[in-house]
Amino acid sequence: MEASAIIDILKPLVPGVALEPGQSVDFATIYVPADRLVETCLVLRDAPALEFKVLAEVTAADYLPREPRYEVVYHLLSISKRLRLRLKVRVPGNGSLPTVQSVWRGAGWPEREVWDMFGIVFDNHGDLRRLLMPEDWEGHPQRKDYPVQIRKATQTYEPLEVSEEEFRANIERDRVKRAH
Amino acid sequence: MAELRTETMTVNMGPQHPSTHGVLRLVLELDGEVIQSVMPTIGYLHTGIEKTAEQKKWQQVIPLVERMDYLAAQSNSLAYALSVEKLLGLTMPQRVNDIRVLIAELQRLASHLIWLGTHAMEIGAVSMLFYAIRERELLLNINELIAGFRFFPSYIRIGGLREDLPRGFHETVNEFLDRFPTKMDEFERLLTKNDIFRRRTEGVGVVTLENAYQWGLLGPIARGAGSDYDVRKYFPYCGYETYDFVVPTATEGDVYARYRVRIAEMRQSINICRQAIKRISPTGVWACDDTRVVPPPKDKVYTEMEALIQHFLIYSQGFTVPAGDCYVPIEGPRGEHGCYIVSDGSNRPWRVKMRAPSFMAIQAIPSIVQGGLIADLVAVIGSSDVVMGDCDR
Repeated sequence: MEASAIIDILKPLVPGVALEPGQSVDFATIYVPADRLVETCLVLRDAPALEFKVLAEVTAADYLPREPRYEVVYHLLSISKRLRLRLKVRVPGNGSLPTVQSVWRGAGWPEREVWDMFGIVFDNHGDLRRLLMPEDWEGHPQRKDYPVQIRKATQTYEPLEVSEEEFRANIERDRVKRAH
Repeated sequence: MAELRTETMTVNMGPQHPSTHGVLRLVLELDGEVIQSVMPTIGYLHTGIEKTAEQKKWQQVIPLVERMDYLAAQSNSLAYALSVEKLLGLTMPQRVNDIRVLIAELQRLASHLIWLGTHAMEIGAVSMLFYAIRERELLLNINELIAGFRFFPSYIRIGGLREDLPRGFHETVNEFLDRFPTKMDEFERLLTKNDIFRRRTEGVGVVTLENAYQWGLLGPIARGAGSDYDVRKYFPYCGYETYDFVVPTATEGDVYARYRVRIAEMRQSINICRQAIKRISPTGVWACDDTRVVPPPKDKVYTEMEALIQHFLIYSQGFTVPAGDCYVPIEGPRGEHGCYIVSDGSNRPWRVKMRAPSFMAIQAIPSIVQGGLIADLVAVIGSSDVVMGDCDR
């Protein structure tokens, strides 16, 4: 199905949304504005003519120095209609977009990975922590302005220090616990 | 009398636990033996392959992506090669497609053998691992024969294959295909009706079809829950539509259903391999005829000036790929293995992203095992067939 055909189905169901077909060599690509993303996704999932029940993946690409800088890419799959669709959302350098976890539960980790790698914020995500990189990592490695070869100082931790008094107090507390 | 302690216990499983398939860490909250919640932590095997790929030329990425899903190396490189070829607009000769199908199916067998061995071992059938690894050894020998490398052959290249098939290839593959079905019967005699195995797997870790789709689980997990989605049938590539095979499914959605689906899949793979090896002539073309991408044959490089220049250009500057983006999915052993590439029109990829089936599977594990026993968790991880290299990339 062509991108324009999918847009024609979507137009009456998501009134007033500015959808834009994109160039592609494999399957239809549609640009969606970030503020209408969740609405559009719900229609894509539930419309009987489309039924995009599976979100295959979420990823992004950094097109520095172009502005808006990022494109977040959603690959949708409709098994019943044998159809694939690529949704793209343009996100500026400090912008954010809503999470689609309410539409597809499996979006949680891929969105977390996109935040981890690109620093693109997903509003109302609920669990936007580091996924692949260590928790104390600085920067977002997949950005184009992130240096390729860097060295990070080895992380060291203070050895655990317990004073004599604390040590005795711990032992005493354990003994009291066991006695009860 | 002292009150009964009712608080839950937090247990750290992994990242170096034998049943977590590498370096997956699970923080379990337990009430006795019952799992209250699971929090998976991944990233221990993150090697930044996608970032590294952006610094390499297009053809140099093939060995890199093979190291992502290290148990199904050639399904990574096949997905990558297919998507670059799609952007370049190349079509492959029939023989190349047939060899690729054969390699992909042998790779599926090799990957499923490791799954079978480790999954059965974790459930208690330890000897299964040795039987499975022994057969996989023969498949690694085939890899060694075609490329000289057992794990990451890099035999599939952009624009075709590395070189022609070696002498004795057909005999080796046929020998394996004749031997393997009897071994499959042996495996099934050990497990399929094994009472202990069935008690550990039946009704355990049930995934409904609705949930599988919600969590983005495709491949054997979804097919064990009643889906018939297989990329080879729905979006055929490499001429899979010309092969005669069925997609095995089950409806129960439990660990045992996934086991049956994968076992049936292996038998189908043998079937496809037999058809493919009959079609492949011992010698013939091994690449398309696009001189931008495929280096000229060595004898011409030594005798013809143009060929020497072309050879030099490909290996020094590389080739350019038209600007655009493209996603090509293939049916890997673990499910839909897709490669999303973005090109800016230069000789290096702008972005390479693999859709990792293990990544989605690990994300869904907490929802599958909640309320079950720790022993079931081991069975569920085994039946999800996760590979941490695939998950963390």
